[in-house]
Amino acid sequence: MDRGSFLGRFIARRLVQAVPTLFGVLLLTFLLGRLSPSDPLQLMLAGQYDVTPEDRESLRHSLGLDQPLPIQFLAWLWQIAHLNFGNSFYFNRPVLDIIVERIPNSLQISMIALIITVLVGVPLGVFAALRRGRIEDHVIRVVSVAGHAVPQFWLGLIFVLTLSVQLRAFPVGSMNAVGIDCGLCWDRIWHLIGPVAVISIAGIANLPRILRTEVLEVIAQDYVRTARSKGLKERMIVARHILRNALIPVVTSFGTILLVFFSGSLIIERVFNWPGLGRLTFEAAVGKDFPVVQAGVVISSVLLILSYLVRDIAYAWVDPRIKVR
Amino acid sequence: MATQATTTAAPLMQPADAQRSAAGLWSDALWRLRRDPTTLAAIAVVVSMVAIALAADLLAANFFHRSFTQQDILSNYEKPNGTEPWMWLGTDELGRSQVVRLLYGARVSLFIGTFGALTAFVIGLTMGLTAGYFGGYWDDLVVWLVTTLNSIPLLYLLLIIGVLFRLDPLPFALLLGGLGWLGIANYARGQTIALREREYVVAARTVGSTAVRLMVRHIAPNILPLMIVLAMIEVGQLILIESAISFIGFGIQPPTPSWGNMLTNASQYLGKAPYLIYPPGIAVLVTVLCLYLVGDGLRDALDPRLRGAVDGGVRK
Repeated sequence: MDRGSFLGRFIARRLVQAVPTLFGVLLLTFLLGRLSPSDPLQLMLAGQYDVTPEDRESLRHSLGLDQPLPIQFLAWLWQIAHLNFGNSFYFNRPVLDIIVERIPNSLQISMIALIITVLVGVPLGVFAALRRGRIEDHVIRVVSVAGHAVPQFWLGLIFVLTLSVQLRAFPVGSMNAVGIDCGLCWDRIWHLIGPVAVISIAGIANLPRILRTEVLEVIAQDYVRTARSKGLKERMIVARHILRNALIPVVTSFGTILLVFFSGSLIIERVFNWPGLGRLTFEAAVGKDFPVVQAGVVISSVLLILSYLVRDIAYAWVDPRIKVR
Repeated sequence: MATQATTTAAPLMQPADAQRSAAGLWSDALWRLRRDPTTLAAIAVVVSMVAIALAADLLAANFFHRSFTQQDILSNYEKPNGTEPWMWLGTDELGRSQVVRLLYGARVSLFIGTFGALTAFVIGLTMGLTAGYFGGYWDDLVVWLVTTLNSIPLLYLLLIIGVLFRLDPLPFALLLGGLGWLGIANYARGQTIALREREYVVAARTVGSTAVRLMVRHIAPNILPLMIVLAMIEVGQLILIESAISFIGFGIQPPTPSWGNMLTNASQYLGKAPYLIYPPGIAVLVTVLCLYLVGDGLRDALDPRLRGAVDGGVRK
């Protein structure tokens, strides 16, 4: 079977496998909303005291909340299949429109953070492995454990306090200076530095350690010894023979890193006041705007499932040994 | 027989080990642990943290002479100073003693971390063992559950739960445990599948051991040591998650202090009382760091072959 049709089958297979996961996510979000002590009607009518019991009943009926749960679930699935997440209680606009506006802002942070993670993490990991057992290796190990242990949001707060509030070197939040809105220009980059730096640290704590183990494994292989014995330059060996093979399993670790980024965005966007999906969901949660919270959870999960998919495809693409399972 | 797989490996260790014949798994581990200063120091820190947290009431009443809710509006925004013990870390906008609040925060964080990890450990071990042992539909179901929960960013999930329910420390700990068992289950399942066809398990099955006995007496003891390490790391992760979710206001609610909600408060007074931001964050960092180091050290002590092999898949 040639490579192209193999990849096609692989992608198809993975897409099919994502269906039960997606179903699980939807089921869980739905059940959480329905099984809670505060029912959707109560959330919807919070703060409105002039609603008569009759109004309540007719609203309940028109929203289909008097139907049995499985029927409600199917109805909800049907709506979501048509990309209808209902209307926001607060904005009184379709939830999907609001969320779609915010997604690029969130992706901006996590994609740049991913690039920085790779740019910093890969050299660190290779360096640690090549200097195994020496002081540099220990320093990198301690720093990466500390990077796991530090609360991200606290790091963000420290950044805001020291560099923004006290030194006034960076903006305290938001993504543009007032009156400037210019895609990815200097002003935006200036605003991006804080959140990206803080969120990259989570990735940089992950990557070098995984890579170090892989590099050490590859170094012990026969072909590396052969390369060395035929007199190749050390740099050549590292770049051509070690790194290429050690990087393959690292692709898998992007799953964990992206999970950390996605979840972290909720907190980081709050700390840096960044108008992304995380802050939207958070603000909706504060305002008990349930449809937005629900859609925020579903859509962030869908984005995560999609990135797992991309990761698996990338993995299959770089590693010819992968078979369709 | 059940511990065979781990003890026979002992003579292969580092040179220092070679001079000593293998005893039991735990005494070997203890022997190695005693030669690992980093881990010992981390254990000391964790133990004293727990002691201080347990003694919070005593210390607050007899040493600091302040309760964690006691306000003193005349001495608000007091910078950290040594005039009186309760002012060691300064006071907040209501003149509450930060050091006392930090103590009680330790209590909440450690309780949630430990209890949550315990819950995760029990669920993870049960799910992983049974899924790995029985396979079939049950295995499919468990794998589906793990994949599904792994596909929802944890903080978003906790946020939606926080909107709908009010979380007291105990239900919160149970909830975190109920969501945090994925890594443990994955590991237990993988190991169970690997061990299930080993000769000694097959032999036990041949002489008529029941499935429960096989899992409890023959498989579980072999995977338990590393499960304990994973649970240890889980404690740290849950403390981090608790602080994050309390920080955004959906976890532990004031006036109960937690390190997370102390930081929420501190973040509102960055200009006036910047010193408030450091202690709770450092407390989380040090606690979690030490827990990770203890986990790492225990893993190396229990089975040096696994150095670097098992990490708790870090979820934030």
